[in-house]
Amino acid sequence: MRTRIRHGLPRRVTDLGSEADRATFRTLHTASLASPALREGLTVASAERSLKHLRALLGAPAVALTDTSAALAWDGEGEHHAEACGALAEPVVRHGSTRAGDASVLTCDVLACPVDEVVVAPLVIDERVVGTLQAFSTRTTAGLARATDEVARWVSGQLELAELDASRRRLMEAEVRALRAQISPHFIYNSLGAIASFVRTDPDRARELLLEFADFTRYSFRRHGDFTTLAEELRSVERYLLLEQARFGERLQVTLNVAPEVLAVAVPFLCIQPLVENAVRHGLEAAEGVGHIRIVAHDRGTECLIEVEDDGVGEDPERVRRALAGDADLDSVGLGNVDARLRTTFGDDFGLVVETAPGAGTRVLVRVPKFAPGVVA
Amino acid sequence: MTADVVPGVVAVALVTIATLAIGSYRQRFSRTTSDFFVASRTVRPALNASAIGGEYLSGASFLGIAGLLLVFGADMLWYPVGFTAGYLVLLVLVAAPLRRSGAYTLPDFAEARLGSRGVRAACSVLVVAVGWLYLLPQFEGAGLTLSAAVGAPRWVGAVVVGVVVVVGVGSGGMRAITFVQAFQYWLKLTALLVPLAVLLVVWMGDGSPGPVLRTDTAQWSLPLADGGGAGLYATYSLIVATFLGTMGLPHVAVRFYTNPDGGAARRTTLVVLVLLGVFYLLPPAYALLGRVYGESLAAAGRSDVMVLELPRVMLPGMAGELLTALVTAGAFAAFLSTSSGLAVAVAGVLGQDVTGRLPGLAGRRGTLSGVPAFRLGAVIAVAVPLGVSLLVPDLGVARSVGLAFAMAASTFCPLLVLGIWWRGLTAPGAVAGLVAGGLGCGGAIVTTFSPAPVTGWAGVLLEQPAAWSVPLAVLVMVAVSLATRDRVPAHAGRFLVRLHTPESVRP
Repeated sequence: MRTRIRHGLPRRVTDLGSEADRATFRTLHTASLASPALREGLTVASAERSLKHLRALLGAPAVALTDTSAALAWDGEGEHHAEACGALAEPVVRHGSTRAGDASVLTCDVLACPVDEVVVAPLVIDERVVGTLQAFSTRTTAGLARATDEVARWVSGQLELAELDASRRRLMEAEVRALRAQISPHFIYNSLGAIASFVRTDPDRARELLLEFADFTRYSFRRHGDFTTLAEELRSVERYLLLEQARFGERLQVTLNVAPEVLAVAVPFLCIQPLVENAVRHGLEAAEGVGHIRIVAHDRGTECLIEVEDDGVGEDPERVRRALAGDADLDSVGLGNVDARLRTTFGDDFGLVVETAPGAGTRVLVRVPKFAPGVVA
Repeated sequence: MTADVVPGVVAVALVTIATLAIGSYRQRFSRTTSDFFVASRTVRPALNASAIGGEYLSGASFLGIAGLLLVFGADMLWYPVGFTAGYLVLLVLVAAPLRRSGAYTLPDFAEARLGSRGVRAACSVLVVAVGWLYLLPQFEGAGLTLSAAVGAPRWVGAVVVGVVVVVGVGSGGMRAITFVQAFQYWLKLTALLVPLAVLLVVWMGDGSPGPVLRTDTAQWSLPLADGGGAGLYATYSLIVATFLGTMGLPHVAVRFYTNPDGGAARRTTLVVLVLLGVFYLLPPAYALLGRVYGESLAAAGRSDVMVLELPRVMLPGMAGELLTALVTAGAFAAFLSTSSGLAVAVAGVLGQDVTGRLPGLAGRRGTLSGVPAFRLGAVIAVAVPLGVSLLVPDLGVARSVGLAFAMAASTFCPLLVLGIWWRGLTAPGAVAGLVAGGLGCGGAIVTTFSPAPVTGWAGVLLEQPAAWSVPLAVLVMVAVSLATRDRVPAHAGRFLVRLHTPESVRP
């Protein structure tokens, strides 16, 4: 009779699986709730947000997360014991293995306080203990000890991922710093040389150029913010070209054609200027005679399209492909760097497009969406 | 085709060519590196305001208002007042924060504020709905204009505008080019102002006669003379829709992105108020002259084209034909600019969220992206309302526009105002409010267009839904947000600080 009734509900039974399956799903779901907070690293805020779910995983009356010396957060009953967490963490931090804590620090006068004994498990990133997970209960069991140990391992995994995210961010920052540092000594030397040549013949122009140079370096070395507006970036490009023109004179011809609608678009800091620098270098320094640089910004509805074009010696497409792939041996280091940052910011659809061939000049296309979540100048 | 239609045809052709030509004109700045010219090239508030005016003043303003005034009397003055005052609300509550949010479209704003793809999707659907609702009367009005000016069948004007818009938008020539839209504003103003000046001289030459008293003047000039409670409700509803709907029009929101910062957005809105205020003085003047000379037009049910016919009626002969041609050109510019602005906004959303996701049409990754998706979006954006306007004629130009405003007011207004001024807004609350407002207002619109009209108070409530659908949307949005308080986005506080902090005091 019972089997028939269950037969009457076959879909439910097959869909949800056995009781054990469902317990697994519940556990996985609870873990997934805790993971976003933990992926931000081990802080008071992330500990507070994740601890509720960790306690659900452990089924203990109270749990705590600590760093190496003090509690970050406490969830559950008996919070007056939070001060003891530091002392409980200390031996685990030293030895790096899960163990039962010294119950003597947990005595108290509170009636029905469930916090009598404790299991303390280390949180380990790269073989370094960064904190502990502490599960409190009236009586610790082998089951609780095992569960605490496993949950602590899982939390450690999440924290390691957080560390990975952080190092990826640091890498991006380092790339921008590299770009800033990349303002080549040659450029500085050549600009100052060109300015010096005007000091006697045309002091006013020398003074103006010197101010441009100051503004240009101030922008390039600025410290704050990953993003800027296209207008700011183009202004810096203009200063750069002005300084290059002081050096090259009539040999450098520049056309700028910018749709005013796209000037407010937010772009990664220093995403156009390295391209222009490349264009000047390839367009002029290698070839004799006059070089033309063309910089165009189009309004394309929800996107903005920026072209940087030179009519110089061009480049072997295979070499450009390697430069975009990050091969640092090539002299277009800026290209791969800009490409990588555009992709990390806007997604893989928004990488650089380079059209070139030996002797046919080079055109670099940059597509930037007018709006992307989190991208604000 | 007879000789007297030639000026009209020439005028329409000239406007079309001028629009496409300015659109494809590119400013050249060959010798660069003069001081800081990029900064000096940001769009000035005055230019941007002209562009907003050009895009915003649709055929409804150009033709419809004068016609409504002629037929229904003074309460219809709320249309021009509301169309203008919408920008006052926009100025006070929305303009600068919206710009500072960095959003390009309304769905962008929703995503940035609430961090939810679901809200974005709901907003995209509504942008398309509002856009189509607003495009419908544009096509209908274009048909009316051409049939009045050159005697062409109704469908010709709609198809001509549709094709020009698709070509212009699709080729990228007309896309968001500020100069085209600014040109359209001044063209529209001229096209109403010059004939009006001539006609006023004629009127004074006739000894400034009063209206021909076939209708009761007292009733015509008294607001709500015959409406009673229902009329009062309808008026309030219209006020709510137009005051609050402007901020939710997709093509208006997009234009604010062109401003360099929040302060410029405010200055732009202020200039828009002035420009619109000047423009909206003209239709009532036409209505006044229409009361004197155009009673036959109203009687014949052609009040929508009264502005076009009036020069002919008052000034028979070539002079009248030329003035009519000028007004026709202005009206056509109105349809073109508003339609292309809307088509760009709708095509942008379709290109991003619909045609850009169609698999297998083209592209390396098996989906359309970028420009092809946008073009396909433009075709769809124009084809659907064009088809509907051909199938369902006689929706009434100004009234359909009123419904588009009601729709925008019932959905985007609560989202924008609460999103900007209340940190407690949550994604579920926003979706619930959008759905409530959209279904309420949309349902009312569908019912009024159905063949069996509802009469009595229910009919009035359905015909002018804004007065109940806007509060409904706000209440649902607030209530659901409060119920889901734990879902307030983590960055809400920071985001609001950014919206309300002037750029000059940012670190």
